[in-house]
Amino acid sequence: MLSIKLVPRPQPSKSMVYLSPLLAIGLMLVFGLIVFMFLGQNPVTAFHAFFIEPVNDLYGLGELLIKASPLALIALGLAVGFRANIWNIGAEGQLILGTIAAGGVALWFYESDSVFVLPLMFIAGALGGMAWAAIPAFLRTRFNTNEILVSLMLVYVAGMVLSWLIHGPWRDPDGFGFPQSRMFSDSALLPLIIEGTRAHAGIFITLLALIVTTIFFRWGLLAFQMRVAGLAPKAAGYAGFNSQYTVWIGLLAGGAAAGLAGASEAAGPFGQLDMAASVTGYGFAAIIVAFVGRLHPVGILFASLLMALLYLGGESAQVNLALPSAVSKVFQGLLLFFLLATDVLIHFRLQFGSSNAAARKAGAL
Amino acid sequence: MKHTSVTGRIKGLLGTSLLAGALALAAGSAQAEDKLKIGFIYVSPIGDAGWTFQHDTGRKELEAAFGDKIEIKVLDTIPEGPEAERVTRELASSGHQIIFGTSFGYMNPMLKVAKTFPKVHFEHATGYKTAKNLGNYNARFYEGRYLAGIVAGAMTKSNKLGYVAAFPIPEVLQGINAYTRGAQSVNPDIEVNVVWVNSWFDPGREREAADTLLDQGADVVTHHTDSTAPVIAAEEKGKYAIAYHSDMSKYGAKAHLTSVTHHWGDYYKAIVQSALDGQWAAGSVWGGMKEGMVNIGAMNEAVPADVVAKVEAAKAAIIDGSLHPFAGPVVDQEGKEIVAAGANMSDADMSKMGFYVRGVNGKLPK
Repeated sequence: MLSIKLVPRPQPSKSMVYLSPLLAIGLMLVFGLIVFMFLGQNPVTAFHAFFIEPVNDLYGLGELLIKASPLALIALGLAVGFRANIWNIGAEGQLILGTIAAGGVALWFYESDSVFVLPLMFIAGALGGMAWAAIPAFLRTRFNTNEILVSLMLVYVAGMVLSWLIHGPWRDPDGFGFPQSRMFSDSALLPLIIEGTRAHAGIFITLLALIVTTIFFRWGLLAFQMRVAGLAPKAAGYAGFNSQYTVWIGLLAGGAAAGLAGASEAAGPFGQLDMAASVTGYGFAAIIVAFVGRLHPVGILFASLLMALLYLGGESAQVNLALPSAVSKVFQGLLLFFLLATDVLIHFRLQFGSSNAAARKAGAL
Repeated sequence: MKHTSVTGRIKGLLGTSLLAGALALAAGSAQAEDKLKIGFIYVSPIGDAGWTFQHDTGRKELEAAFGDKIEIKVLDTIPEGPEAERVTRELASSGHQIIFGTSFGYMNPMLKVAKTFPKVHFEHATGYKTAKNLGNYNARFYEGRYLAGIVAGAMTKSNKLGYVAAFPIPEVLQGINAYTRGAQSVNPDIEVNVVWVNSWFDPGREREAADTLLDQGADVVTHHTDSTAPVIAAEEKGKYAIAYHSDMSKYGAKAHLTSVTHHWGDYYKAIVQSALDGQWAAGSVWGGMKEGMVNIGAMNEAVPADVVAKVEAAKAAIIDGSLHPFAGPVVDQEGKEIVAAGANMSDADMSKMGFYVRGVNGKLPK
């Protein structure tokens, strides 16, 4: 009888670390093909509509960039913590706080045309995100609470804070009582970088973050210390590395990145505060991006483009093929599912053969 | 904000439409093959009852009326904000000439896209901004609420009514206040309790809110949210419910007293006809029972004939203009007179409504 067995590898496979996301993408595409066929679509047309159609003009490319930009930015920040086993799951909440803080600056300086409004919005956004991430950091270092739970629950609190602000003090006074802020003045809006698209200057912040994290991971002593603290807390302690420090840096980096992404959304495509800003889902999707990108800046860059394409593809499939909008969620789910499955191959290898032979071999080992 | 009369507009359009229809037929097949492409953007799945379902029913009427002269693309579950902007733009750039957006949060995104596509007609539901090529339309839901209030006020034994509400915005407050005034017109001792769920669609929270109201003694509940949960809650507890948007009697045969229903088909037909005729112009329409945009649905057998007669009489009076749900004196909770006796509340004041009338319990969240 033919059987497939998982055999532990003596050493984690280096090549599988990089092959596994590619394998997962391949499996996602194959299963996506099957899904399309079950939905009664010609697979070639469906793939064209899903993966080519959305980006076959300049506007589409601009859309790809503005969706990928916050995903990559947040994932880069999260990777700092994830590499040290700090599990910040609440980037979505930190993003909302960044949006709120940046929006607050924009509303405070409403009708000001100062060039300092925008930089101030980004500083406020980063601080807002960091403040929200500081809560799980403090609770973890002080009371040893679980940062996964605390950061996740704070997402919903952040949504309520935004809701309260736009139903109350920040509601547009000329808006007939509808829960939205005023539209920001031009000085609080990011300039567009490509004519005829919505691609805005916020993308440069993501590129800057890409460079900074690359340098940090490659050469930063702190990154090394954090990694050790994450892998072997005791060893790190003997080496004199402070593990409390690791928790703070890990969470604050994610918070700052998510806050900047929030500021960039506020000053970019939104241009005002409304409840839609609390359901972008970037903070959660960025977790997938970080892992598909192997917590590596370049990997994250590519993974963010892929995720952005999945979002746009879902809409395009709805427009062109009348497929349900849930298709893009199905693809995202498939991707994460297959990544988790193929990651097993980093620590295990597959062994094919008859069950008897396998049993004998296992016995011999 | 200016509201033109929707009947006038619909009538005028129908007149020219017959003529233009004949002309179009005469013009031959070359033009007939040029279908008018229309896009609909919905905020939630279509489902089988509710806000989006009613718009989609209107969309189906449109297809039935115009057949192969038009081609409709429907996009559901499009989030408000930047996503809506991209989708609207995608529709506009792929040759759709009329785009209907049916959620409040599409207003600013549609306005932005409208500026870059001056030849495309945009129609936005429930907002307040317009542009040269962006019209807005809404319905006087409060008229139906007033009638529903009469039913609730007549059927309650405990004199306590429950109201599950989404957000404290003028449209929702108009509904609560009109419902309360309708109930008071047949039962002056009525009190209305409101639970805010801070969501347009959240079956879990709507259910909890309805349960809370029923447990506090309300024996008729209604809702200004999108799910069927409050009707189901009333059915299970052996109490009454009044549904909103659609008839929901299949979710509670015993509980479902009646419903306040929305009807968009005639408006959609008028807009499309005007576009086919080259007559479309952005307007601001707030249509009520007279225009057929709001109605009261089928009545449960449990509602006595004299109550049905009262509702019919009030409906006729609203349609002929002799009854206004906010006819003075309108008094708020603190006893302050908002509208003096003899006057009706103006559209401008209604569209900024920010108070509870006397008879509603609790404080309005600010």
